[in-house]
Amino acid sequence: MSFFIDVLAAMFRVSTPLALGASGEVVTERSGVLNLGIEGTMYAGAFFGFYAAYQTDSRWIGLAAALLVGALASTLLGLLTVTLGVNQHTAGLGLTLFLVGLSEFVNRAALGTGSGSSLKVRTFSELRPFGLGGVFVQYGLTYFTLLVVIPVLWWMLGHTNFGLAITAVGENPEAADVAGINVRRTRYFALIIGGMLMAAGGAFITLATLGTFTIDIIAGRGWVCLALVIFGRWSVVRSLIGAFIFAFVYALQFRLRLLSGWEDVPFELLLALPYLATIVALVLSGRNAPYPGAYLKAFRRS
Amino acid sequence: MISFRLAPRVRPWRAGAVVLPLLAILVTLILSAGVVLADGANPLRVFVEIFIEPFRSRYSFLETLVSATPILLTGTAVTIAFRSGYYNIGAEGQLLAGAIGAAGIGPHLGSWPAPAAVAAMTLAGLVGGMAWALVPALLRTKLNIDEVVTTLLLNPTATLLVNGLLNGPWRNPETGFNESPRIVAAAEFPEIFARSRLNFGFVVAVVVLVLAGLVMHRSVLGIKCQAVGMSRDGARFAGLPVEGLLLRAALASGGVAGVAGACLVGGIQYRLTEGISGGLGYTGIIVSTLGGIHIVGAACAALLLALVNVGSSSANRVFGIPAQLGDVIAGILLMTTVALLLFRKYRVVLKRKS
Repeated sequence: MSFFIDVLAAMFRVSTPLALGASGEVVTERSGVLNLGIEGTMYAGAFFGFYAAYQTDSRWIGLAAALLVGALASTLLGLLTVTLGVNQHTAGLGLTLFLVGLSEFVNRAALGTGSGSSLKVRTFSELRPFGLGGVFVQYGLTYFTLLVVIPVLWWMLGHTNFGLAITAVGENPEAADVAGINVRRTRYFALIIGGMLMAAGGAFITLATLGTFTIDIIAGRGWVCLALVIFGRWSVVRSLIGAFIFAFVYALQFRLRLLSGWEDVPFELLLALPYLATIVALVLSGRNAPYPGAYLKAFRRS
Repeated sequence: MISFRLAPRVRPWRAGAVVLPLLAILVTLILSAGVVLADGANPLRVFVEIFIEPFRSRYSFLETLVSATPILLTGTAVTIAFRSGYYNIGAEGQLLAGAIGAAGIGPHLGSWPAPAAVAAMTLAGLVGGMAWALVPALLRTKLNIDEVVTTLLLNPTATLLVNGLLNGPWRNPETGFNESPRIVAAAEFPEIFARSRLNFGFVVAVVVLVLAGLVMHRSVLGIKCQAVGMSRDGARFAGLPVEGLLLRAALASGGVAGVAGACLVGGIQYRLTEGISGGLGYTGIIVSTLGGIHIVGAACAALLLALVNVGSSSANRVFGIPAQLGDVIAGILLMTTVALLLFRKYRVVLKRKS
């Protein structure tokens, strides 16, 4: 029983950065912009969050720095994809490359650490609401993500003028423009909100779970988030469910590895399941995958 | 208040194809000079070390060609696909699949003569890459499912497959390390010069590049593929077998990326290792984009990026500036290039808001 509770508690921890990253990508893609810079944005959030926290000895300043970096990174992507309207795949991959390179550059230059970092920051501590134990021992950011961020995003996207404007510019920017919505400004806002969420997801890893920064810290979680968005059919709630499933499998295999008799099981195949499941989900929904109508399309007023 | 908008040019600015990439390099140098300055080094001396110094030293020059080998191939792979309108983001996974293929047969070619063993390694890479590209290609052509996502998702899947093999069945029985058994001596790609890692893989890359250039830009098949890339509906209207052409382009692209994996196993590592690629498939996308999605341009871009890579390592040794400067430069270069190339087709119109 304690094994199960252990896995479940780990599931919430592992799912937090994925839920933040995936919901950030949902908001962005709903406005018609694909952000392939997600991997780099999470990476930069993880590093610069750690760096600021290390320099100031404040976890909160670290988190704020990560949010700022996320906003700046997605503004840069907005400049390329919204203002100029260049190919979104290339711009996003370029952003990822740049941010990963920049983070590692500053890591070496300013902190002088290599792959095995020994620098530590004081991490956020885990909460025990009402003295409850077990599954309920979680970081504040996990609670905040599940109880505030996801519900607010769900409400915002479906039930506010701003959320409907995001969907409108993502589905049919020409019509939205005629209806008096500022297409570019809306897309910039969606990108910036999304970028801040992604960076917060990265910062969660350095400022909460690890307390340190290591090379390749994001390790493809950004790509997992992209898969979760499609798996969740562009809904923050369904993406969250996807994040839970992925995190559960991840937490389970991580703990099974530590048990004797399980050493030879190819857990990597288990970890590949979410990717394959997303491809299968795409096949099943087939042509009906509800891509935003103006996905990848730049808006130019003629 | 002055604002601007982009207006399409009547016809593309031809000279822009040369002027704009050069301008992009200039802007990149200015922007990365800021990064160098922030580290307290002299940008001019660092850039001389990166871009000029490799031409003065035999070792660094040959090392640039070593570094160019895999990205010449992945850049070619991406160009074949992108030119044909097939957005293969999966060169990374296809490279790894090719590496798996080559590392899989490499240790078992003991009785083969060296030329046959090397050819078999290359072929195994080709087949591995094609196999990894097959499913997304079929999903695209038969079920019309977006290849960007499927090819992208198969990249981390391939990484997990490599790690799974190395932690499981292929774990080196002698050392216990998570690396596959060493390939036999006959299967090792022969070195071209003494005291250099430059090997037969570079020749393979150049041959593949020339063949791909001839097919894509000088043959009927290539023109048909480009027609599909320009307008799928137009090509269909003209009676071209669009799905068949897309499938061929996708498989050729995957196969070429797979050969890059075979070159890494056969020429450098002599075995499969974790992190054998480290993003060289993604670099292929950068190479192709910088090269204007043209094989000749991609070749130039691959050599330039290899120069930046080798040069920033030597700048690291000389000035102690982090070698990741190379990635920073490549990232900035990619973004400035895509931004500036836009102005081949668009021009800026200023307007005054009252």
